[in-house]
Amino acid sequence: MNSRKLGTLAGQAIDFAPQAKIEASQPASETPKQPRWTHIHAPDVRASVSGTAWRGMRRELKVFLANYNALFGTAILLLVALSALFAPLLYPGDPLEMVARPFLWPGQNPAYPLGTDSMGRDVLAGIVHGARISLTVGLAATALGLTAGIAIGAVAGYFGGLVDDVLVKFIEIFQTIPSFVLLVVLVAIAQPTTATVTVAIAIVSWPTVARLTRAEFRAIREKDYVLAARSLGFGHARIIFREILPNALPPLIVTSSVMVASAILMESALSFMGLGDPNRVSWGSMIGAGRDVIRTAWYLTALPGLAIVFTVLALNLIGDGLNDALNPRFSEDR
Amino acid sequence: MSLLSVDRLATHYSGTSGTVRAVDGVSLEIAEGETVALVGESGCGKSTLGKSLVRLVDPSSGSVTFKGRDVTAMSGRELQSVRRSIQMIFQDPFASLNPRQTIRTILTAPLAVHGIGERKRREAIAAEMVAHVGLPPDALDRYPHEFSGGQRQRIGIARALILQPKLVICDEPVSALDLSIQAQILNLLVEMKTELSLSYLFISHDLSVVRYFADRVLVMYLGRIVESASTSELWNNAKHPYTQALLAAVPDPSRRKQAAPITGDLPSPHNPPAGCHFHTRCPLATDICRAEDPALRQFGSGHAAACHHAQ
Amino acid sequence: MAKLLEVSDFSVRFAAAEPVKGVSFSANPGEMLAIVGESGSGKSLTALGLMGLLPRQARVGGQILFGGRDLVGLSERELRRVRGRDIAMIFQEPMTSLNPVLTIGDQIIEVLRIHENLTRRQARERAIALLDLVSIPEAARRIDEYPHQLSGGMRQRVMIAIAVACNPKLLIADEATTALDVTIQAQVLQLLDNLRAQLNMAVILITHDLGIVAQWADRVVVMYAGRKIEEGLPDQVFETPYHPYTHGLLSASPRLKADYHYRDGPLSEIPGSIVSAAGEKGCSFRPRCPAARPACSLTVPQLIALPAGRQVACPYVAAIAEVAHVAPVG
Repeated sequence: MNSRKLGTLAGQAIDFAPQAKIEASQPASETPKQPRWTHIHAPDVRASVSGTAWRGMRRELKVFLANYNALFGTAILLLVALSALFAPLLYPGDPLEMVARPFLWPGQNPAYPLGTDSMGRDVLAGIVHGARISLTVGLAATALGLTAGIAIGAVAGYFGGLVDDVLVKFIEIFQTIPSFVLLVVLVAIAQPTTATVTVAIAIVSWPTVARLTRAEFRAIREKDYVLAARSLGFGHARIIFREILPNALPPLIVTSSVMVASAILMESALSFMGLGDPNRVSWGSMIGAGRDVIRTAWYLTALPGLAIVFTVLALNLIGDGLNDALNPRFSEDR
Repeated sequence: MSLLSVDRLATHYSGTSGTVRAVDGVSLEIAEGETVALVGESGCGKSTLGKSLVRLVDPSSGSVTFKGRDVTAMSGRELQSVRRSIQMIFQDPFASLNPRQTIRTILTAPLAVHGIGERKRREAIAAEMVAHVGLPPDALDRYPHEFSGGQRQRIGIARALILQPKLVICDEPVSALDLSIQAQILNLLVEMKTELSLSYLFISHDLSVVRYFADRVLVMYLGRIVESASTSELWNNAKHPYTQALLAAVPDPSRRKQAAPITGDLPSPHNPPAGCHFHTRCPLATDICRAEDPALRQFGSGHAAACHHAQ
Repeated sequence: MAKLLEVSDFSVRFAAAEPVKGVSFSANPGEMLAIVGESGSGKSLTALGLMGLLPRQARVGGQILFGGRDLVGLSERELRRVRGRDIAMIFQEPMTSLNPVLTIGDQIIEVLRIHENLTRRQARERAIALLDLVSIPEAARRIDEYPHQLSGGMRQRVMIAIAVACNPKLLIADEATTALDVTIQAQVLQLLDNLRAQLNMAVILITHDLGIVAQWADRVVVMYAGRKIEEGLPDQVFETPYHPYTHGLLSASPRLKADYHYRDGPLSEIPGSIVSAAGEKGCSFRPRCPAARPACSLTVPQLIALPAGRQVACPYVAAIAEVAHVAPVG
């Protein structure tokens, strides 16, 4: 029944047997039974050999590294990060100290390449130290906002029903209050320190993350591999952390870079208005200090402003690069 | 004693456009070592029925009894232990495996969740399972995207069988595969059945595959079972007009250039016709069909049909 | 009868691969030609190539003579005049092929007004007539409905209506019934066949379903890994397949083996998968072929023409068939 005879050639039947011929170069099958392991005999499994544990992310990394914009952004961010890191080495002491004659223009005195401000403070020292504040606040606020947002969004998206309804209302409350107003109010109530600014920015940014996470969880919850996990008896925690979250991360990663950028902008705005930590130099506070003399010593505003522009630009470029690398359109489905 | 017994199961979805009675009073039995097929077209509720049996969707009423215990009421630890015995294989091989997990993780996780053995033993079981379904041993370290559709389906089968269930619900397991791969997977399923003494509930819309694979066939239409018979009985002696239409619609080389007539579209599950759901498309429809919903009538040797006019 | 379409040595090449490697076939007016293959066979790319709808990175070779004119190398503007008017295509997923924000009437009228000079009223009347032609009930009312208000089968009919709106000479149906339920599939195939006869239109049916081919096609072409490996009348090809792949496909298909049950035995398999064809210097089917010989890995087998319009790309089988006057054996 399995073999159709093709007819005869001089009386000899030609017969297609269902077995495959075993190629000499291929590994022997485990047992000679047929037709069970016929599929082993064809060189089937794609030969993507790599011993690294990063094999799962290699393609994404390659796409990111091939993107010149993203590399440019990464380079700038690295520069900012390094200057922030080595600030106390490059410019030990307090950047708020007077060190020279006020209103030195950039280039006038090689010891102070970017000049001095109205109080005789070194602008370059200020920028380098300001980088610390910007990056610290940016990263910390984003980390906090992500944690809170992912936690709430995941729970809402995964459980649905009443839990979801309640949490969505909670998110909506935060989203209806104008974020900058809320930010100012929070900082005004609490003591204006770097820590409070960080927490305030986190409070203002978590709702967006929560919404995004909730949407991802709702979508991924219906995927077959999650259904399979449920039917295998996996508990809620395991499904949330091991099955859904790793697949929900790509859009969150992309969002996080943009979140750092907006956190830096928010911190600068607060410092500009004088609501930041008065004991620290921040790019925003430098812009604020230069506001009165903007007609004569505009470099006091422009230079820290440029620092902000480049940092935010770098983060946006990185975000775009991450988006291209992790975009589901190009990658396997999540 | 039958392995699985379903009594008047109903699963309703209430959406924005009203309630959909996806499963509308279904009763069936599956014996040990039996392959029962569930056939029907889109919207008939066969997939929902499968999911209701595994409690991926909670039924609205009725009962599901597995080995004498009522599964519909269970929860927590009890449900978890039953989960070892009823498993599911999914349709889309490209969506049923977590793309960020290695095959090793995918296969050992169920063992870990149910506390079977320790790490070494679990890995050994996973390796054995991988060989059983015909994949090379280095498959364990790879990710799903490195495999073809047929191979991914094998992994899905390995995952479903690794807990050694008694009943496996196969939700269109070969529909998304090429013809030549379908044969491989069907043969694998038959082999696994004999080796592990399994029973299958085989959900499919492809009648030819069902004819090869099933011992008994249940035909569903808009949430209800309209006919139930052994495979040969169904093909040789279908009693319900819908079954007859389905069989006639299967492409048949002997009926050149001439489709069997069945008019009309499938009614929407949101708004099923009153009385017998099939009366809008049935050549035998009369007044009683429009008014009264026919119950399943027995015709001897396990053949039942829900039609006022069947004989 | 002059051939309507003559494809010669058509190939499609991308940077890393050549998914269609020199395919030749022809279609006559009013004929239903089926192109059968599994995934990786290149059948869909061939169809897109006929319409000039391949992605920009694709490099096309060979010749597509349509009504005497070579479509390969035509400019985009000239191709646009051919598409929709002389050659039309329908796809697998009616929901994504119909624009969800336009009514079905607008979509039909759009095609009519692009290719013919009709007033809005004339176009609308033609559209209603077309909906009637494809058996959509209450056409005058439904013409203003949106795709999401129709069932899958009806949407497919609308797609057919759009495709035949300008009386094309060739209709390409790319897996057009794969996503439909079997009862609806039968209706749609009957409709396609009726239109074929009524409009004397050639239809190329691209499918993986051998049952459909056996029931509806006038001729069948079997593709594997980018090449045509067999051609003939459905009766002949299914009764006595010449190429080992065709033979394997038929043996593996439960549809064409009525009354065979798993208790009788396993389904005959073609071992391995299409992935094994990558990088094969000789015959792409060799890794999976039960009758492979050492010579198979040396050169790509050419198509051999046999009596009664049959072709096969396997030198060993063809030799046997020719000499032995093959008689069908069940």
